[in-house]
Amino acid sequence: MTSEAQAAAPVPVTKSTGHRLGITGREWRNLAIAAVLFALAAVVPLVGSGYVQSIAISIAIYTALATSWMLFSGPTNYISLATAAFFGSGMYIVAGGLDLAPYPVLVLLAGVAGALFAAVVGLATLRISGVYFVIFSLGLAELVRQIITWLQHVLGTMSGLYVYVDRSEEMFFWQLLALTAVVYLVGWWIGRSRLGFALRIIGNDELVAVHCGINTARAKVILFVISSTFAAIAGALVAPRWSYVEPTIAFSPFLSFQVVIMALLGGVHRLWGPLLGVIPFTLLWELISANFPAQTTLLLGAAFLLIVYFIPNGVVGLIEDALRQRGEWLKSLRLLLVRRSRDA
Amino acid sequence: MPDSPALTAHAVSKRFGGLVAVNDISFALAENEVLGLIGPNGSGKTTMMNLISGALRPSAGEIRLYGEDIAGIGASRIARKGVARTFQLVRMLPGLTVLENVTAGGVFGHARRWGQELNDYAHALLQRVGLPNAGDVAMTALTYIDQKRVELARALAGDPKVLLLDEWLAGLNPTELKTGIALIEQLRAEGRTIIIVEHVMHAIRSLCDRCIVMSSGAKIAEGTPRDVLADAEVIRAYLGTADA
Amino acid sequence: MDIIIIGLLLGATYALMAMGLQLQYGVARIMNLANGEMLIAGAFGTFWFYTASNASPFYALIGVIPLAFAVNWAIYRVLIVPLVRRARNQGQLEVDCILATFGLSFILVGILLAVFGGEYLSYSYLARPIFILGEPYGLNRVAAFIGSLVLCLGLYLWLHRTRPGLALRAVSVNPAAAGLVSINVTRASALAFALGGAVTAAGGVLLSMFLTFDASLGVVFTLKALIIVILGGVSDIRGAILAAFILGLAETTVASLVDPGLTLAAAYLLFMAILLVRPEGLLGRRSS
Ligand SMILES: Nc1ncnc2c1ncn2[C@@H]1O[C@H](COP(=O)(O)OP(=O)(O)OP(=O)(O)O)[C@@H](O)[C@H]1O
Ligand SMILES: [Mg+2]
Repeated sequence: MTSEAQAAAPVPVTKSTGHRLGITGREWRNLAIAAVLFALAAVVPLVGSGYVQSIAISIAIYTALATSWMLFSGPTNYISLATAAFFGSGMYIVAGGLDLAPYPVLVLLAGVAGALFAAVVGLATLRISGVYFVIFSLGLAELVRQIITWLQHVLGTMSGLYVYVDRSEEMFFWQLLALTAVVYLVGWWIGRSRLGFALRIIGNDELVAVHCGINTARAKVILFVISSTFAAIAGALVAPRWSYVEPTIAFSPFLSFQVVIMALLGGVHRLWGPLLGVIPFTLLWELISANFPAQTTLLLGAAFLLIVYFIPNGVVGLIEDALRQRGEWLKSLRLLLVRRSRDA
Repeated sequence: MPDSPALTAHAVSKRFGGLVAVNDISFALAENEVLGLIGPNGSGKTTMMNLISGALRPSAGEIRLYGEDIAGIGASRIARKGVARTFQLVRMLPGLTVLENVTAGGVFGHARRWGQELNDYAHALLQRVGLPNAGDVAMTALTYIDQKRVELARALAGDPKVLLLDEWLAGLNPTELKTGIALIEQLRAEGRTIIIVEHVMHAIRSLCDRCIVMSSGAKIAEGTPRDVLADAEVIRAYLGTADA
Repeated sequence: MDIIIIGLLLGATYALMAMGLQLQYGVARIMNLANGEMLIAGAFGTFWFYTASNASPFYALIGVIPLAFAVNWAIYRVLIVPLVRRARNQGQLEVDCILATFGLSFILVGILLAVFGGEYLSYSYLARPIFILGEPYGLNRVAAFIGSLVLCLGLYLWLHRTRPGLALRAVSVNPAAAGLVSINVTRASALAFALGGAVTAAGGVLLSMFLTFDASLGVVFTLKALIIVILGGVSDIRGAILAAFILGLAETTVASLVDPGLTLAAAYLLFMAILLVRPEGLLGRRSS
């Protein structure tokens, strides 16, 4: 993705709501709807069975991860394959630090560490073209895994760590739901800010962006940092639920892959897009991993290709196409009726 | 010429591997002057514009904006100092509406606006370039010429002091050409300093105070449009040698 | 001293692997994130061949190269060509290719897992020491080194001495201009992609002679090949070969001085150095 190649990256036309300083009535309405939905979601673990709870937790994790992934990769088209690197780092900070500091402090620390880590990676790779960034992100999780394994070897600690924090399933869910809410709020705020506008310009044509006076490297790094911080915090929140953390598990490339696939399935040009991918995919995945536990990798790859080839704009794209078609259909219907009545 | 030039180039060169696209070019441009940059295809005009706007970094030489060296500081900083441009081949932002394509130029650049003020300003600019009602249209629905108009509006959204127009008039029909020339004249009357690259000689004659003729990267003539276009070497550069 | 020699021995195989990726990325302009999986597939194939027949793994090349060529040709035709058709610009094509080949890499890993299982595999072939300058080295490493050199040289000569090779190089320099002089760019790209896959798989055959591998190792090799290609400059074979030896040396140094588990860190260190110092590659020309 050189600036040349970025030239006319395909981004569906979206009307920005961000050109007003105050919050409009429409935005208040959307915020209210979102608040109600979150309140409803918060009740789910109270009424559902253990199985429902565990699925709800998965959905919450992936919604937080896929939405924060989309915050950066959506507008810029810079595909990050490194979610697991940040998620795993967050996990390890909690797993490794429980003897030293209280859990909430560790969660914060995970966020800070994720931010710093992302800043270093972003500063090194995002100033140049996008391909370098993709390549760099591809092996990042594996790199961190190697380094942690090595550190544990040098320090003589066990490779697996047990994480005991007393939390009920409901509590895990609410924590993740709260994180998701923050992701959405931040995403909404970015979407209506200058920063969000800058990112959309960058995603359309990076050369035009610099000629508009945008410090493209800064905008990209800021967004990458925000996005990665959320991934690290998610890792920190999930660590106690797994109760046993090991480098190969924490830094599994599977996670990065699933996050990308879900976000793409939903659609990456709307804040609520990834959610529409996470829900069906998580349910589907429950089925697949229950029935074909040995073939998960293969099926995941196949699902990915199906999405890239057949639903390139995601569920959101399908919905918007359907709405547009319905609109056109209604229009022609009206035209037809008008003509009829005139003829009559 | 006033004593503080708006833009100066001093011995500027740009090499692409073995090819010298811009070769040791120097000039000074007074505030509010309109300079024409002409020359045959491939003579390095666009490259020179790229060097000024910061899209490319010069291999040698310096470029000064109101006395400050801007060579190689990066296009975004140059844009914020008040240099705006259009591209020879239109570069639009296809995922944005026409209005957003214009506001893009007014948020981060030389003059900064936001919110309703920016939208109103952008609407006014669209009106000015002749697209009064196009704000909500998708960029891809416009004709190439209309896209060029939007691009000019985007360049103007940052209220630039120096405006670089790379063949902005190319492809216009005679009526459009007339309004186009009138528009550039207006921009000049607002006090802007303008460089135009153009193959439409009629426009060069009516707009430019001065012309620089480039050939194979080098400056081969400089002067008023009338003098320069009568110059034997210039004719040779454009038409080739007579005995061919 | 032995670090240097092991590094050089390793570097030759890396050079072969990078030439494979370079054909795909430099000529066909496809960023193939499933490249490493092709390599691992070659290694698995060789493992299967060797354990079944006990013949020299070099014979596996006879089967692996045409097979990988055919598979990659098919991948290009079936998966990549639709993306090329659909893309409205280079940027979208790049994103689509990254996504498609990333998905493909998981499919390949899935197939390998299904066929061979998830264990670490290795076999022992020519596991005898050979003495170079008085120090013992695995004969299998030396054999792989020689095999890689022969293949690299063959490929280099083919690219520089034959008409199809010339066509590929022309496409790599400028696809539009190559089209103008009646080179069939789509065919040339398909050829480059298939050949690149075959060369990569051949690299896997040779690597398997001295390396322990498992199905999930592909991504590491993709990354190494990509780093070599970037370091060497996207369209410069000599640069890539030089870069391959540098990576081989850097890895061996880290492996023997710090920890064998940190080889990727060495590659990343090198990557950082390129990004910060010479983004245009080792021998690449600076455009300014
Ligand atoms: N990025 C680049 N890399 C390599 N060569 C380039 C690059 N940009 C321009 N050139 C070469 O530099 C020379 C000058 O090109 P330039 O576009 O500046 O010409 P021009 O005067 O604008 O021509 P035209 O009237 O056709 O627009 C040409 O030979 C061109 O091929
Ligand atoms: Mg030009």
